[in-house]
Amino acid sequence: MTSTSGDKSSTNQPEASEVERWASLIGGGAMVLMGLRQGSLRGALTALAGGGLVYQGATKQSTIQKAQEAIGLNQPIKVEKTVTINKSAEELYRFWHDFENLPTFMKHLKSVKVYDEKRSHWIANAPLDNTVEWDADILEDRENEFISWASVEGADVDNSGFVRFKKAPGDRGTEVKVVLEYNPPGGALAATVAKLFGEEPEQQIGDELRRFKMLMEAGEIATTEGQPSGRK
Amino acid sequence: MKAVCWNGANDVRVQSVPDPTILNPRDAIIKITSTAICGSDLHIYGGYIPTVQQGDIIGHEFMGEVVEVGKGVNNLKIGDRVVVPSTIGCGNCNYCQRDMWSLCDNSNPKGWIQEKLFGNITSAIYGYSHMLGGYAGAQAEYIRVPFADVGVVKVPPDLPDEMLLFISDAIPTGYMGAELCDIQPGDTVAVWGCGAVGQFAMISAYMMGAEKVIGIDRFPERLEMAKKFAKAEVINYEEVNAGEALKEMTGGRGPDACIDAVGLEAHGVGLEDFYDQTKQKLRLETDRPHVLREMMVACRKGGTLSIMGVYGGFVDKIPLGAAFNKGLTFRMGQMHGQKYMHSLLQMILDGKLDPSFVVTHQLPLEQAPHAYHIFQQKKDNCIKVVLKP
Repeated sequence: MTSTSGDKSSTNQPEASEVERWASLIGGGAMVLMGLRQGSLRGALTALAGGGLVYQGATKQSTIQKAQEAIGLNQPIKVEKTVTINKSAEELYRFWHDFENLPTFMKHLKSVKVYDEKRSHWIANAPLDNTVEWDADILEDRENEFISWASVEGADVDNSGFVRFKKAPGDRGTEVKVVLEYNPPGGALAATVAKLFGEEPEQQIGDELRRFKMLMEAGEIATTEGQPSGRK
Repeated sequence: MKAVCWNGANDVRVQSVPDPTILNPRDAIIKITSTAICGSDLHIYGGYIPTVQQGDIIGHEFMGEVVEVGKGVNNLKIGDRVVVPSTIGCGNCNYCQRDMWSLCDNSNPKGWIQEKLFGNITSAIYGYSHMLGGYAGAQAEYIRVPFADVGVVKVPPDLPDEMLLFISDAIPTGYMGAELCDIQPGDTVAVWGCGAVGQFAMISAYMMGAEKVIGIDRFPERLEMAKKFAKAEVINYEEVNAGEALKEMTGGRGPDACIDAVGLEAHGVGLEDFYDQTKQKLRLETDRPHVLREMMVACRKGGTLSIMGVYGGFVDKIPLGAAFNKGLTFRMGQMHGQKYMHSLLQMILDGKLDPSFVVTHQLPLEQAPHAYHIFQQKKDNCIKVVLKP
């Protein structure tokens, strides 16, 4: 985690007010923040979408997580990244909302199939030509503002995430924030999944968001793959 | 095709490489008719620009003929004669739309390298390291031009290449250097470096209303060129102390604006030069800031420093106290070619500017290794080489 903190005693005022702004947008207030801070994005998002048992949901999950971390298991991969895109929130939301579009700029995804309004099936590329798959449900969906999702029970990789679209000041377009969390499973899959995002997950997500921006603004993704060189 | 590939410090070779192909809808392939060696290519040649890899095709100042267009390019057709800006801009991001093309958000596919070092990503430049995009360069028979539907300038068939080539890079760089000085009537502008960019900076400064322009260099043939074509007064810093001479020539005030057309391989004299040369060789600093230091001390109070010479990393022993207490303004950056090229072309068509005087050597592409050598060593009075593929 690089920015979001719900600690009201924090001396970093601008950050706190930013947190409040989008917390109220999400609608769940302190609970998502607690979830984020304590390492349980999924619990918080689920609880919010469900509208109840929020506190318990968030804290219980994080307790388990902490215990797991203490014995060195299941370190969650959690990343957040923000980019400003010179397009309207409506346009960006529409493209993102069709999850089948995501693999065009998210290289770690092989494909996404949308079943219905709520459920979709995701296939991610893992090292050594492996793939991992899961079904995910949309948890909360606010038009042109916010989409959160989480894998359903029995997924190869328990994961969750949200994307938020917020108008940037002036005519700078839209600020797009993405938060993703993957909880690698135990056993044989663990090592494979742990490398889903390579050595530097923040950079990978950053690259993916930059490709999203290129695609939305320039209509294509800049590349040098396939160009000539004098390398032997 | 044949291309000039970098194989290590002071080692470029003409190699056979595959022809470029269209990779994206907005691409075009250009058959290169003329490509220049830019002074900033010498930084690559010398091994001072990080993230250049063995085998990279280098070069960024070029013109030629369209031979293939992607399906997203509707304003160019096969056979068009074009000049292409050295910095690559998408035309759609907030920066391009504000005419700050060299700050393009979308043209650099390897932005993460730059983001780590600089905190942000700037535009890609042809053949200028992987930090700046890793695009194959222009010292070749053909080149792939991304976002070819924006920025590329169509030019008429009846003028020779040498009249048109430099609107790709050297002229807009010099022109922007002068523009950043915000020149007022009566101003004196001093320009460090009398290579091609320096020459065009001096000419542009006069166009923008400077009363006096002073060129600073150490090579007599460049100083002669500055006197003859840019009508500049000149200082040979190996013969006189440049700072003292500038004071003397400006009534003790110092120049109103100073333009750096040298960059990271600046030469000084004496102990300070020894210090920088040593630190750079030991990799304790990436860039030699001699010209920056001298400008900060020489400039008049409240004046402007315009930095167009290329810097890549970290510099040492900068007299920030002088700059702060004298209230100096610093302006700098890679040039926004696309902003200037059309009006510069018009000046050439109107007969107000003939840039061909900077060309001292025309050589076939095969002689690129020789060309780099004489340009770097300033042999044979070499100021600007145009390579003909």
